[in-house]
Amino acid sequence: MGAIQGFEIRRSSAALRGGGTMLRQQPTVAKYIDTSICIGCKACEVACQEWNDLPLVKTEQVGTYQTMPSLAPNFWNLIQFREIDTGPHGFAWLLRKDQCMHCADPGCLAACPAPGAIVQYQNGIVDVDPEKCIGCGLCEPGCPFDVPRYTARDNKMAKCTLCVDRVTVGLEPACIKACPTGCLQFGDKSSLLALGAHRVKQLQDDGFASAAVYDPPGVGGTSVITVLKHGDHPEWYGLPKDPSVPTTVSLWKRVLHPIGFVAMAAAIFGAIGHFMAFGPKKPVDTAKDAGKEV
Amino acid sequence: MASLAATFGRGAMTNGWVDIKNADVVLVMGSNAAENHPCGFKWAIEAKKTRGAKIVSVDPRFTRTSSVADVYAPLRPGTDVAFLNGLINYAITKNRFHEEYVRIHTNGPYVINEKYGFNDGLFAGFDESSGNYDKSAWAYDADPKTKAYLVDKEMKHPRCIFQLLKKHVERYTPEMVERICGTPKDEFLKVAEVVTSTGNAQRCGTIMYALGWTQHSVGCQIIRAAATLQLMLGNVGRPGGGVNALRGHSNIQGATDMAGTFEILPGYLATPRGELTDLKTYLEKVTPTTLNKETWATMNYWSNYPKFMVSLLKATYGKAATKENQWGYDWLPKTDGNYSWMFIFDDMYRGAKANVAGGTEPGPEGFITFGMNPVGIGPNSGKMIQALSKLKWMVVGENYEIETATFWDDKKTKAYGGPPSSQIQTEVFQLPCSGFAEKDGTFTNSARWLQWKWKAIDPPGQAKTDQEVIARLLLAVKDLYKKEGGPVPEQVLNMSWSYTNPVNPDLGEALKEINGKALEDLKDPKDPSKIIRKAGEQLAGFGEVRDDGTTMCGNWLHSGCYTEAGNLAQRRNNADPNGLGMFHQWGFSWPANRRIMYNRAGADAEGKPWDPTRPSIVWNGEKWVGDVPDMKPDAPPGTYGAFIMNAEGVGRLFAPSMNDGPMAEHYEAVESAVPNALHPKVTPSPTAVALAKKMKSDKDVLGTADKFPVVCTTYRLTEHYHYWTHHTNILNQLQPGFFIEIPEELAKEKGIVNGGRAKVTSARGSIEGVAMVTKRLRKLAIDGKQVWHIGFPIHWGYEGDPRHTGPLANFMTPSAMDPNTWTPEFKTFLVTLEKGGEGVA
Repeated sequence: MGAIQGFEIRRSSAALRGGGTMLRQQPTVAKYIDTSICIGCKACEVACQEWNDLPLVKTEQVGTYQTMPSLAPNFWNLIQFREIDTGPHGFAWLLRKDQCMHCADPGCLAACPAPGAIVQYQNGIVDVDPEKCIGCGLCEPGCPFDVPRYTARDNKMAKCTLCVDRVTVGLEPACIKACPTGCLQFGDKSSLLALGAHRVKQLQDDGFASAAVYDPPGVGGTSVITVLKHGDHPEWYGLPKDPSVPTTVSLWKRVLHPIGFVAMAAAIFGAIGHFMAFGPKKPVDTAKDAGKEV
Repeated sequence: MASLAATFGRGAMTNGWVDIKNADVVLVMGSNAAENHPCGFKWAIEAKKTRGAKIVSVDPRFTRTSSVADVYAPLRPGTDVAFLNGLINYAITKNRFHEEYVRIHTNGPYVINEKYGFNDGLFAGFDESSGNYDKSAWAYDADPKTKAYLVDKEMKHPRCIFQLLKKHVERYTPEMVERICGTPKDEFLKVAEVVTSTGNAQRCGTIMYALGWTQHSVGCQIIRAAATLQLMLGNVGRPGGGVNALRGHSNIQGATDMAGTFEILPGYLATPRGELTDLKTYLEKVTPTTLNKETWATMNYWSNYPKFMVSLLKATYGKAATKENQWGYDWLPKTDGNYSWMFIFDDMYRGAKANVAGGTEPGPEGFITFGMNPVGIGPNSGKMIQALSKLKWMVVGENYEIETATFWDDKKTKAYGGPPSSQIQTEVFQLPCSGFAEKDGTFTNSARWLQWKWKAIDPPGQAKTDQEVIARLLLAVKDLYKKEGGPVPEQVLNMSWSYTNPVNPDLGEALKEINGKALEDLKDPKDPSKIIRKAGEQLAGFGEVRDDGTTMCGNWLHSGCYTEAGNLAQRRNNADPNGLGMFHQWGFSWPANRRIMYNRAGADAEGKPWDPTRPSIVWNGEKWVGDVPDMKPDAPPGTYGAFIMNAEGVGRLFAPSMNDGPMAEHYEAVESAVPNALHPKVTPSPTAVALAKKMKSDKDVLGTADKFPVVCTTYRLTEHYHYWTHHTNILNQLQPGFFIEIPEELAKEKGIVNGGRAKVTSARGSIEGVAMVTKRLRKLAIDGKQVWHIGFPIHWGYEGDPRHTGPLANFMTPSAMDPNTWTPEFKTFLVTLEKGGEGVA
């Protein structure tokens, strides 16, 4: 599958002049996650896997309710479970759905040296075109949220597409459809921000003074916005406090990349840099067995 | 369910799933609704989002429900009565109860006879030798002249129920709650403040509970305490109120309605016992009468018992049932004892010839099991496995190869004391059956809604639907009776089986039969010249059911589900005119499509709703409007009491029909961790102890706190469904295997690390699993002493994908049970905990 036909592209990886088409105006969509009413039922995990035809992952009970330690090439949606002491007498079991955040300023796209392998549609969805992905893995360090996953089997990277194939035909993403409590919503980002503000007010009235919507400006905001009871401590939920595109990536993107004739050299530089920083590519990046099909 | 019936008149969720959205306070206790009822729990979330409702979670573990609750309080497993009685005491002492409601809608003003008393843990009437109560000591007092019940509307009489209850619960101070439950006083008070904020006309709160209350030796008393609390707060019969029993399976309410246990026939009619030799004697015994003449008269709806019974007999035996042969009453099987789960297996274990515990007949030599996995679900799994090995034959109808079907495989059962395969003579027949998506039919959910479901796919291979297997079995037995004869041939040969396709009955036809139809033209009792229902027509509801053989009805309670208008369980109209989520045109809700039971209690003496923004039913001067009234529709306020199924017409704060006490009292589990702080001489429930003592085999061993000091509980997980989804790898991926949840401090003490192995031992044996070391289980001080509690989920067994098998959780649980329902005590038992070895299953 290539980039989705009929969707306007805002920008595209390794493209001169941004690669956007920009013919039509399309509102930015978003996924809304209210962690304060998520019960961690994992219906979204199953829906994601089934809709996207992702093969099963072999997991093992290692002392947690969490399905696996982190996202995997064939597991793009994971509820994270965290036990947190929130104060002298406070305790919380914080459950947050983790997936691609669909940044307005996507570090993965910036880091990607393969033309058109990562695209950002006009509506904000950041998607991967596997046909164009060269499996270099540069997107991984480019992401401040540790989302893209490389799979050795096809030498490609994979992540949540925000069900762009469903959204294109007017459906909500599979995870949203499966959510029983309504803690997941999908729609126009501006109206979901308003909903988030309303919910934050409720939480503040309930005594959670620092409740907030997580929509980090360091990456230009995200198309996955998250309501947090403890908005001053996103790290309690496994979210970075002030995420931004890594300097090396933005430097490469802004300074070196426009110089077309050094693009290839830059890609090599990037690859070497990544090798030095992270070592050779391992087939499995997280759990002992994560990513292995069963 | 026994408790709800004893309190309100019917044994089911009082309100409904959707109605939870109307609550101001949602107390989730004895349930982890977010975990086990995630789709229904959305209505609690809805209440929170739209009404600012407070969700209160009281649980031994900080659960998925607690994670989204506004208030959480821990308690030691099995101490729920103490906590709830503490709430009732708080409501009374702080005057935070709904006094007017108590006065008009409960038996609070009723006076109890002089024999009643409660002393040092025992109610009056206890017989030491049998371990049973003589319940006449708990009866209402009646005026010797008028024979009417004595009632004090001021509720000042020292023997009136309100005063007795007040005195009974005054021992449950916040300090006592802390001593018994281990709940720190300030945390208890926070819960009490929120829950009792609904003890008035303006606010309303609901309770969601499930098997976390049922599965105790005091299960019924816990639910009685909750029901009493809700009556005191005036929260029954109102939108956003009620005591909402969340059933453990998608159709368990339907199974119970259709006689899921031995002591009931469809529609909760009593299974006749042997000594009730004719129909007249039976009906006299079971049909309640009332002495209520003073206060509101009562409808005493159970006075219609003969109509329900005769129509059931007509449905069962068809034309063969006549007035002369008492509608076939003689052919109905009678019981001679207790045939509940544990007794059946006790009889089985001790063998067909042995002196048995349940009835007077010898134990069974054959066993048929469908949609049940006895090896997994029964307590004391070792005994279950041994019991099955005593059978001559067993038939298992399932869509997977379940543990029960392979109980004879000693490689798999050795760990549970299973006998060597070579010594087992049981012949096992395994019949492949369809799964739930492979057949039509109804699901009756917790909210009593019958909802039709359509088959999604055909069963694979040679698998057949349950109804086809049972039909073929019945027809084969009929043929054998015809050819060879046998005892009581009428019982089999007269059974009505008039389906279009007798070998595979259409379930729509079965539902029509359940609804009932007129066998002759039914005349209007007020005007015999009028025909209200022609012969052959479907009945409009149980109001048309008769006791003269002119109607047949397979289950009076479900009558109205398949009328001349068609199969109402198939309705999917989500019109909601009053916005309260009643959805009268969606499916069919028994009784009579009523969505909130006892809805008359949602209004005051004049018939005005307590809260006009949330009316249940309202008297408009001519009739009751709103929900389908739980009341004669044109009976003005003051004619009848609100609880029409109770003979006296009111809700019961004091319920003399319970086997273990008319008011809830705190007793420790049969395997008690500590002496009872209120009465150390009577630590566990004396009736439960007497029952446990009836299980006398070598497998029925109980542990004591000196040897097994850790309290243990069991539960289910969102990701799995009972004992069969470990055959499904997409779910195994989400929850790959058995684990034991252990508090951090205890794990440290025992040298157990998260993800390492732990071993649990009860008096029945040992199991091992992965340790989940957590802060969610807290250290609780019980009467100054540290008592630890741990827990584990139940889903695994030795069948299925070998990478996802696990120990049988119920290998740990004892043969202890509730004395009213005989439900096993899965939720509180004693164990030891130690570090596990590597690689031992």
